[in-house]
Amino acid sequence: MDKIRESLLKKSIASKIERRGKIISLICLALIVGVVFLIFYFVASRGLATFFQNHVNLWQFLSGTQWNPGTTGTNGQPAVGALPMIVGSFLITILSALIATPFAIGTAVFMTEISPRRGAKILRPVTELLVGIPSVVYGFIGLQVVVPFVRHTFGGSGYGILSGTFVLFVMILPTVTSMSADALNAVPRYYREASLALGATRWQTIYKVVLRAAIPGMLTAIVFGMARAFGEALAVQMVIGNATLLPQNLVSPASTLTSILTMGIGNTVMGSLQNNALWSLAMILLLMSLVFNLAIRYIGRKGKLSNER
Amino acid sequence: MKKSRVIQLLGLILIGVLVGFGYTHRVRTDAGESITAVGSTALQPLVEAAGEQYSSTRTGIFINVQGGGSGTGLSQIQSGAVAIGNSDIFAEEQSGIDASKLRDHRVAVVGIAPIVNKNVGVTNLTQQQLIQIFTGKVTNWREVGGKNLPITLINRAQGSGTRKTFESYALKGHQSADSQEQDSSGLARSIVASTPGAISYVAFSYFDKTVQAVNVDGVRPTKANVRNNRWRIWSYEHLYTGKKPNQLTEQFINYILSTAVQKKLVKQLGYISVHDMQVQRSATGKISPMK
Repeated sequence: MDKIRESLLKKSIASKIERRGKIISLICLALIVGVVFLIFYFVASRGLATFFQNHVNLWQFLSGTQWNPGTTGTNGQPAVGALPMIVGSFLITILSALIATPFAIGTAVFMTEISPRRGAKILRPVTELLVGIPSVVYGFIGLQVVVPFVRHTFGGSGYGILSGTFVLFVMILPTVTSMSADALNAVPRYYREASLALGATRWQTIYKVVLRAAIPGMLTAIVFGMARAFGEALAVQMVIGNATLLPQNLVSPASTLTSILTMGIGNTVMGSLQNNALWSLAMILLLMSLVFNLAIRYIGRKGKLSNER
Repeated sequence: MKKSRVIQLLGLILIGVLVGFGYTHRVRTDAGESITAVGSTALQPLVEAAGEQYSSTRTGIFINVQGGGSGTGLSQIQSGAVAIGNSDIFAEEQSGIDASKLRDHRVAVVGIAPIVNKNVGVTNLTQQQLIQIFTGKVTNWREVGGKNLPITLINRAQGSGTRKTFESYALKGHQSADSQEQDSSGLARSIVASTPGAISYVAFSYFDKTVQAVNVDGVRPTKANVRNNRWRIWSYEHLYTGKKPNQLTEQFINYILSTAVQKKLVKQLGYISVHDMQVQRSATGKISPMK
């Protein structure tokens, strides 16, 4: 009798193991959250030092066009105007997303609606292969192929927003494609069946039903691609020319936040204004990726509500 | 359940015994004597090669060499995180560095010269023309005796040692106009080679057939001209240490300064030996004959 009582009251081995597993996964979670917070804290503490310690005007930082930390600009303040980089980053991101989206949606429609079997067998592995190519390879191809091509076709030195857009287009295409394909696949089968039963053609079904139903998912895919384009450093740095000038046209040398960051960080001393200004750029990058993340969540939630209605 | 516990325990004991055995029988000469040198990528090949030679003759000594840029080198040595900070520039020239807390060891000299694309039709520029080109006052090669081609400036990244040297000694302290920037000499050279009308500047060791080195005021960029300061665009390569470096660090720096390294390795890698210099230059740019 006692033995049974004891075994009922004592914790079983299985429940002990479960508790242990719970603790381990909690520790892992806490560690990751902690690291994220530490990164935010570190970047913010360094990045804000530009404004609080070096007394740079925030508005001048965001709207100034002179970037030469360490020297004083025409207004007597340190020349830390980040506008050329901000404009460059946004231009290149938006342009590459604009070009990539039609291609990605077209490919995704082919993969899921028109020829699912070939899509699954050939196209998907190929796009996934594109994701795996290291960005330095993209940059190198950009330098050797895209830049001369742009120079011969559009004039200029070939380095600039346009070359960067072409390189990024290829880089984000697979991400946007495979995520759009997932979104299209997630459209319930009965939507298509109902549409076809009503006498719609395949094109009408795709255009008026499937694509409409998959809009939230595809928007998420595009924002994801933009986030990747915004954060890409190496490949862009190799083809954009890295001139801290406001781009006058698409073939004039420009720069992005990431390209100036990677070029400058090794040449500055921790704690100096030059270094702090670079951290401020990093802070802008971090905030933007946060914005992209929030946008993805917002779109996802919106999409769910309209489906349930 | 029981059985696997026993196996686990045995495994733990086995690992413990092995680690203990390894610890007690470790090679004593490998007692972790190592120094780390961080900084300038221009100096990295020399320190790396010298470090390899140095540690190959002495068991258990390792010289770690990392890049990261002159600024990194100087800030790391200032904070005491490494034994040696490699730099292309004087610590006095870098903002945020207290040069009085560091000791300077000049181990080599590097000559820097303008390079242009092969098709611009110019092989000589006066210093005045060079300044005009880099400050954006001259924008076509025709104006300096070349072909009718727009000039494309390729600068090195802001804060790069090569750029600082070029701006102080080739442009007489004028700042270069905003233009394209590249963060390595190799990339700058390959871009000059492939871009019509491009001009940049690299260390002598980066000269090759794909680009045209330019004479300044009729002086050819050669090592002999650097030694007597007829070619004025050159800089020291510095190894910075704290005021009191440890013994191994001191020995290693002496090794790099020894005749054996200076006569062979330094030359092989395209640097100019400090022993050959007929002049010396101070942090403020003052030239005086070598004693």
